[in-house]
Order: sequence, then structure tokens, then C-alpha cells
Amino acid sequence: MKVAKRTFDAVIVGAGGAGMRAAVQLAESGLKTAVISKVFPTRSHTVAAQGGVSASLGNSEPDHWHWHMYDTVKGSDWLGDQDAIEFMCRAAPQVVVELEHYGMPFDRTDEGKIYQRPFGGHMSNFGEKPVRRACAAADRTGHAMLHALYQRNVRANTQFFVEWLALDLLRAADGRVLGVIAMEMETGEVTVFQAKATLFATGGAGRIYYSSTNAFINTGDGVGMAARAGIPLEDMEFWQFHPTGVAGAGVLITEGVRGEGGILRNAGGERFMERYAPNAKDLASRDVVSRAMVTEINEGRGCGTGKDHVLLDITHLDADVINKRLPGIREISIQFAGVDPIKAPIPVVPTCHYQMGGIPTNYRGEVVVGGEAVAGFYAAGECACASVHGANRLGTNSLLDLLVFGKSSGESMIEYIKAQPAALQDIPQSEIDKSLARIDRLDNQKGGADVHETRLAMQRTMQNHAGVFRFKDMLAQGVDKILEIEKQVQQTGIKDKSKVWNTARTEALELENLIEVAKATIISANARTESRGAHVRDDAPDTPEHPNGRDDANWLKHTLWYRDGNRLEYKPVNLKPLSVETIALKTRAY
Amino acid sequence: MATRTVQFKIYRYDPDKDAAPYMQDLTVELDPSDRKLLDALVRIKAMDDSMSYRRSCREGVCGSDAMNINGKNGLACLTDIDSLAQPITLRPLPGLPVIRDLIVDMTQFFKQYHSIKPYVVNNSPAPEKERLQTPDEREELNGLYECILCACCSTSCPSFWWNPDKFVGPAGLLAAYRFIADTRDEATNERLDNLEDPYRLFRCHTIMNCVDVCPKHLNPTKAIGKIKELMLSRTV
Repeated sequence: MKVAKRTFDAVIVGAGGAGMRAAVQLAESGLKTAVISKVFPTRSHTVAAQGGVSASLGNSEPDHWHWHMYDTVKGSDWLGDQDAIEFMCRAAPQVVVELEHYGMPFDRTDEGKIYQRPFGGHMSNFGEKPVRRACAAADRTGHAMLHALYQRNVRANTQFFVEWLALDLLRAADGRVLGVIAMEMETGEVTVFQAKATLFATGGAGRIYYSSTNAFINTGDGVGMAARAGIPLEDMEFWQFHPTGVAGAGVLITEGVRGEGGILRNAGGERFMERYAPNAKDLASRDVVSRAMVTEINEGRGCGTGKDHVLLDITHLDADVINKRLPGIREISIQFAGVDPIKAPIPVVPTCHYQMGGIPTNYRGEVVVGGEAVAGFYAAGECACASVHGANRLGTNSLLDLLVFGKSSGESMIEYIKAQPAALQDIPQSEIDKSLARIDRLDNQKGGADVHETRLAMQRTMQNHAGVFRFKDMLAQGVDKILEIEKQVQQTGIKDKSKVWNTARTEALELENLIEVAKATIISANARTESRGAHVRDDAPDTPEHPNGRDDANWLKHTLWYRDGNRLEYKPVNLKPLSVETIALKTRAY
Repeated sequence: MATRTVQFKIYRYDPDKDAAPYMQDLTVELDPSDRKLLDALVRIKAMDDSMSYRRSCREGVCGSDAMNINGKNGLACLTDIDSLAQPITLRPLPGLPVIRDLIVDMTQFFKQYHSIKPYVVNNSPAPEKERLQTPDEREELNGLYECILCACCSTSCPSFWWNPDKFVGPAGLLAAYRFIADTRDEATNERLDNLEDPYRLFRCHTIMNCVDVCPKHLNPTKAIGKIKELMLSRTV
């Protein structure tokens, strides 16, 4: 196959919030930057974020970045790195204001400032009571943000390669990253993008689960490419199940609904969160609320004929508030649940939503392996693990993560690129051949496993074996099943052999990325024999010795999964912030 | 619940093997849980992996799966299967070159969007905090900023079909007014200059197909009317 070559100072894979925030930094600095995206930038999944982006602006009541930091560390169940968390929470007000200057249409307070609403786990004065910290544009914050970032990139003349699928990361023998190889979807032609610095901002992989709020495109491409290139994946056992996905459809209903006063009710009409989180109630952390909901359903208090969901009730809110603050939710509810939330409550279930783990980085966006930065390689956003979310992410901290680490990785790349010699290092032909072999296999494979069926088998296995609650035996069986399914993935066959916009081939290649994520998740989950944040196991129950099942003596550490031999290693959590005192270990309660 | 069967007629064209486009008749078995047209397309693709269309969020915010459904543009993910007469006829968005099956080349559409300078222009020194905007001023952006660039409107507009290279089209003009209406933007005059031309703005003949098809219930015709008013008021 003929392979074209293009050279850049920087190449960014992914045009969601993180990739486009980094692109603004790089393009405005004058460096030659390419952004590769498999969809038109404003179709990236950041567009679906609803409720808000957190920043301690204090526009409606007193707030402080240190309180935000405390909440984030507590939300992470102390697995988050406190240097990165301090960095993010301190930078939050500035990056949100920058976004406003880019043209983001935030809602406004009467004084004309950015409107803020309460959100789960965000409290004032070190955990005292809910605080209004989520900066919002109605319930379309992600859409407004993604469009504002795209618009800023249009202004900066950023060069986009739209509807190009990145195939593999290219590395030198010494491990340095030299760029990526990618395919133009319209023609099927392959090009090497050679660059001094490469950023992965490819988003999450929620499509490893059967029921997910995630878009079809969330297939963990960057995470899969990194794993194939020998980069370990960090803390992949931690997946957030969002409490309120529309029952049956999986479509997201923002936590902002509860921020505006929404209440979860069981079959008896009871506001059951009062029993599980007496202080924060419906605005407890997402892992806590999801487990409470599943417990209600498991104990027979679920709603509907199948008793398989609970209800999110906003019928007591003023219709004007719903139309003004939650118009998108009303539309989604009518479209996907057949319910107008002004008149009747919305049926909801916990649904896979967010990958807390990912490619290991520091707060500068540098990919770190064995304590050393991998030269030329950066990651930001959901595909990266800085680690600010630890074992459980707080709502609105993902949009913040995109802005803060998109910007910081852009800055790190500029610094790195300027220190590099002008000449680019040659890319070993073997690296290119490895990637082309994957395309050749699909082109020449006769018969083989069906992509749709194989993906479904993986999704069902992950759903049943690594869900909201996890069971020792099910996890162990899940590992075996996923390793069996992996063999099928290596021999998938497609009937469509066209060169032009071949979505069958795209889906087969995406499945090769998804399976890496699934393996990393279930193997890491099987090994972690404690309960922490979103990872809760039946054999690590709540005891006086180990409240909530958390075992800090043995498990206050990050998992690192290596694709090669499915090897696991561990590294310590950084408990030392940049400037303040350590937020000391404590039992988590809301 | 029993499965149900639905009849389709779908535009097919793969330039790699087809001499010309053709309409394919299909019968698809659906699950009771398949509510939206996109659910049916996913079933069809599971049977025939060569069926090509764009899709992503499946909830009407990314704008990928716009197509012509029984003669009217819409998003597959927001269209109820049961609301459609059978056979359900699917074609690519009209007026743009077809790449393959239901996938069109949107270059011209985005070129027009880019031509209106879709970003806030404000050359005053940025304050340390946010630029203030009253709730009423912010309200002016409602009905404008929510556009998802799906192209349902522009590709249903006869004026855009005739002059896709000269007429900005409803999506681009909606975006133009979104920035004119933003109190933070300082380039209203330049924006009006940019549209003062026999084609760019004035090819809109208020046929209102755009309003009829917009899956986000936006009203480009109204926005275009406001731009025309501003244009007139500055000449008198």
C-alpha cells in the first residue's frame, strides 16, 4: 500500500474539548499543528455534556478552589493525585473565564456574571453543604463549549483533518513518539503524520458496555493505540455509572436536574437518597447514588412493570424553570422516555458513562511511564489519567479536565517542540508495516467473526461481569470470557471491501481498540480486591476495620495494566499537593 | 412482545463498484425496543455491513445522521419509526454531492458556515473576569446558539440548491445572526458588509423549509429577517 507522509510540529488526535483546547494553544503560538478527527469537530462527544463545568468563581455564594480540591479528592476516594487535583482546581476559574472570552454563551446571573448551579459532591467549606459551582449554558454546556472551542480554532486557522481515523502510534526504537498513522475515511488512503509532539485527546470508551450514555464513536481509539504501542493503562477498573440514564435508551439526563431540585423516588414514592446520604441526599457523589438506586431495585422497590428502574421527579418545579434551565432534558425525556417531565417523572437507571482511568500522565499532560516522561507523547481529557478523578469523578469535573489539561498539554508541547532540533527523526518502516498489516488482514480475511456479534458479546460480558456492583466469581469468569472474545476480535471479517467510506472497516478497527479497554478493565478489576469509589466488590464489604470496604494499607495505589502478557504493576498515589497540606485519608460519607 | 417487520427503500451507491446509484428494497425485523429510525439502520447494518451512513451521539446533539426521510430532511436518531409511512424511503441530503449511500460531501455547507466568521470578534482588552451580559442580553442568543450543523435546513432550501456557492444558506445565516446578536461581539458592521450582496443574504425568499425541518426547532428565517432589518435600518 502506498503511504503518503506529512510533517508537522504537533499532531493532535481527537477534536473534542481537550484536543481543541490544546489546538487553540498550539495554533495561536504559530506552530504548525494538525488536528485529526474521525468526525467533524462539533460532532465529538463533548457535545453531549449537559450540566456544567466546575470552577470556584463564587458568583452566587462564597467558594474557594481549596474547597473544590477537597471535594475532588474526597470524590476520588483518595485515589486521585493531589498535585494534579490542586493544579486543576486552582486553574479552573481562569480557563472558564477564557472560554467565556472565546464566546461561550453561559447563562447569566442578574449581575451579568456566569450562572452557576449546584452539582453532586460539590460542597462549600470542606464538605459542609452543596455549593453553586457548576457554570452552565442551560443544559447544553458541552454543546456550547465544543462549538465555542471550534469557533476559536476557526479564528486561529487550525488545520483540521476531518473524518480521518487514526490507526496507530508510531515510536522510535528508543521509545520516543514520532507521530501517528491515519486513514482518510473518504478514500481509504493512509498517511503518516510525522510530528515533534503528538497529543492523544481521543475521549472515552463507554461502548465497551452494553448500556452506555456514550456516543457510537466512543471506542477508546487512543487508549487502544497506546496499549498496542506498549504504554500501560492506569486505573482502568474504575468506570462511572451515571445515576440517570433514560431507562431502556441509555441517553443521559444531567445531574443538573437534581442540581435544580430534582428528586429520585422509588416505587413507594419515597425520596430514598435521604437514607443513603442524609446530608447531600440526591446530590451525593455519582457512585453513591448509583449504588443506592441499584440497591433499591434489587430489594424490590424498583418502578414499572419490570421493577427495573427508579423515577427522577421534577414535577414540583416551576414549568418556567424547566423550560429555561432544562429545555434539552425535557426534549430528551419526551423523545426517549415518552414522558413530559413537567407532568410526570422520568424513568432512569444507572448507565455506563465515564472512564476514570486511561493513559498515565502528569498534570503537564506528559505521558509518564516508569516515572519518566515518554518523549514527544502527551494525552489529555477522558483518554488520559492525570489522575484527577481517581476512583470516582465528580460531575462537571470532566469538562474542567478538558480545559485545564488541554491547555497545559498544549503549553508543555510548545515548550518541548521549541527545544527540539529542526530535523525530524526517521520513522522505522517496521512501525508503519505493523499498522498496514491490520488493514491488509481485514482486506484479505475471508469469513471470520462478525464484527457486530463480537462487539455485542464483549458489551454483554462487560455489563454482566463488571457493572455497578462487582462479584468475585463473576469478575474471574469475566476475565476468561473477555480473553476468549479477544481471539474472535483478532479474526473478524468484513464483507464490505470498498475503499470509499468503509464504515464496516472502521467498526472492525474500532473494535480492536475497544477490546484493549475491555481487557484492561476486567483484569484490573479482578485484581483489585478492595472496594473504592466506583469499584465495589461483594468480597470487600463495609466493616469496622475497612469502612466502605476500602483497604488503604494494601490498595492505596494506582493500577498499571500492560497489554504484553496482561501484566499488572502498581504505583503509589501522590498524596502531596503543590502548595497546600495533604488532604488526609478519611472515610467517605455524604 | 413480538418483533415487527418494516419495509424500506434506501438509496445505495458505492463509487468503488456501482456504475450508478439505485434504490434498494429491504425488509427488516425490528425489536419492540427499536423506536427510532437510527435503531433500524443499526439493524440493517448488522445484516449488511456495507450500508453506509454517519452517526454518533444518537440523541440529536451531534448532527451526524441527517438524511432525507420520506421526502423530508431530519435526524434518524430523533425520528420515530412508527411515525413513518412504509416503505420508509431514505435518501442522502439533497443538493450536496453524494460520497456513498447516505453520506454526502458537506464541504460546501461548512464553507458557507466559515464564510460568516463564526466566532466572537472583540478587540477590546480582555478583562480579568468574564465579560458581563445581562440575562436579557443572553436571552437574545436562545434559538441561535443551539444549532448542531446537521445541514437539514440548508439542504432543504431551494435557494441553496441553486446557489450553494453564493448563498450562505439558513444554517450559516443563523450563525451570522448569533454573533450579531451577541453583545460581546464588536463586528456587527463588518458582518453586515460581509452579507451585503445580491446572493449571500438576499437569496432567501422566505420559503421556510428550513423552519419546517430543523430538528432543534430553530427558526433561521426569523434570524434572516432580523439581519435584513438591520441592513435596512443602517441604509436609511
